[in-house]
Amino acid sequence: MLAMNYRGPYRVRIAHKPMPEIQHPGDAIVRVTRSCICGSDLHLYHGMVPDTRVGTTFGHEFIGVVEEVGSEVQKLKVGDNVLVPFNIACGQCAFCKQELYSNCHESNPEATAASGIFGYSHTTGGYDGGQAEYVRVPYADVGPTVIPDWMDHDDAVLLTDIYPTGYQAAEMGGIKTGDTVVVFGAGPVGILAARCAWFFGAARVIIIDHVEYRLEFAKKFAFCEAYNFKSMKDPVLFLKKTTDWFGADVCIDAVGCEAEGSPLQTITGRKLMMQAGSATALHWAINSVKKGGIVSVVGVYGPTDNLIPIGNVVNKGLTIRANQTSVKRLLPKLIGHIEAGHISPKEIITHHIPLEEISDAYRIFSDKLDNCIKTVLIPPSARK
Amino acid sequence: MENTNLNYKNIPGWNSDADPENEPTYPMKKYTGDDHARLNWKRPPLQTPTAEILKSIERPNLSATFGTPVPPSGLSGMIRRFAFKFDESEYGHWLNLLLADRVNVVEGVIDDLLHGHVPNCFAEEGWKAEWKYNKKNVVKKVVKVALLTAAVVFLFTKNKEKKSKNIFGF
Repeated sequence: MLAMNYRGPYRVRIAHKPMPEIQHPGDAIVRVTRSCICGSDLHLYHGMVPDTRVGTTFGHEFIGVVEEVGSEVQKLKVGDNVLVPFNIACGQCAFCKQELYSNCHESNPEATAASGIFGYSHTTGGYDGGQAEYVRVPYADVGPTVIPDWMDHDDAVLLTDIYPTGYQAAEMGGIKTGDTVVVFGAGPVGILAARCAWFFGAARVIIIDHVEYRLEFAKKFAFCEAYNFKSMKDPVLFLKKTTDWFGADVCIDAVGCEAEGSPLQTITGRKLMMQAGSATALHWAINSVKKGGIVSVVGVYGPTDNLIPIGNVVNKGLTIRANQTSVKRLLPKLIGHIEAGHISPKEIITHHIPLEEISDAYRIFSDKLDNCIKTVLIPPSARK
Repeated sequence: MENTNLNYKNIPGWNSDADPENEPTYPMKKYTGDDHARLNWKRPPLQTPTAEILKSIERPNLSATFGTPVPPSGLSGMIRRFAFKFDESEYGHWLNLLLADRVNVVEGVIDDLLHGHVPNCFAEEGWKAEWKYNKKNVVKKVVKVALLTAAVVFLFTKNKEKKSKNIFGF
């Protein structure tokens, strides 16, 4: 089968790999019909995630058709069209029982802080991902969900990660009716977080980034105010001023470890890798939120340390909430929002690219070429 | 950038998920108390390892499932095995893994060559797309590399000239 093949930082290619096999009675083999490149895939692509081995196939956002099921799989059958959450979750451990599906303890032997994720290095379990024609899906009765007949498959593939992640970013913010919410990052997750903030009753939503075309899109799609931090001297001061010198009620970090905006963070975090990426967005979030406010973090950071103003967290009495998204938990609610016409996540997709052109697809997304916001890869079998 | 005011209450879905009872919200909300039983839940069937799987020393056993496609091998594999002697709080763990990743890249190139495949780095790095959408950046990078190469060649030949002069005592 054809699959994306990682060769080193900034180098990926399409290659033939052996077909995946059932290795556990709860497994299924899924023929991929759509997969995405996620912003967090770029951390792998840029060589920032430890234990990313040459030969790995990335891709944790994908949908497809069930081709084969293991002996214990009961809920799925061959031929089902399924969307597969990016978290690999057993459904039985103490964490899954609390609906912390992204914190499952039975899906990753190689790190206790992170749980199993498709195609996201051996630090998250060493599973191959969905940027391929076929993929092995463990615990097939837990995560995978049959796609409703009425649903557009472009919407479905965004339900595997970024739409739930955007929603959870807003949810973890504990937004109350009338709140002012600031989202750092106008990438796909930030844009969806801004849009979802309204579901919780926000009265004002502001998004901050430096990529002009993405800010323009965010303004229209998420009905929010959009500001370029490069056009202001200090984004924290700007946000204080625009909130009557009070601070935002909720700040969301939807950027993570490759943030721009601070030379110190960029040099120590991204260039020299002396910290687990550049924490500029989180730094700004902590300093822009009101006293007693909430900072919600869905941006991805590495496993070591970051420079953030923890003293301000204490002095301001902040609550920081963070997690990888518990996709399965959110699916019924988010499908409901699409069905009700509240949101159409597929509007953020700008590129459909054949899987065989994976190297170009990564370059386009990584360098934000051709006004790219979200890229969907289509394997050859899904184009027939 | 110009920002406009809008009647936010008309935004589709506005306030539909507002719930004063939803506090504290995820991830604390669904606490069950099962945590006090520690790791004693009924485990799923266990996958049989068919390849070498490295295990964090912060857990007593392998998880019930894991990925097997790229087991550790070669020099990078040796470094990875060494890294897994450290716990997840130690730099010895993560920095060794990053080192192994870089060594693994070289191993990948050697492996390609041994299999008769010369890696096409330009294609793998997606330069075709860069050329199509951002010619300016490509030209900038080519000029940078050309200048750097010229500088290195110049310094190298200059040093060589000096050395050869010294041999003859001038």
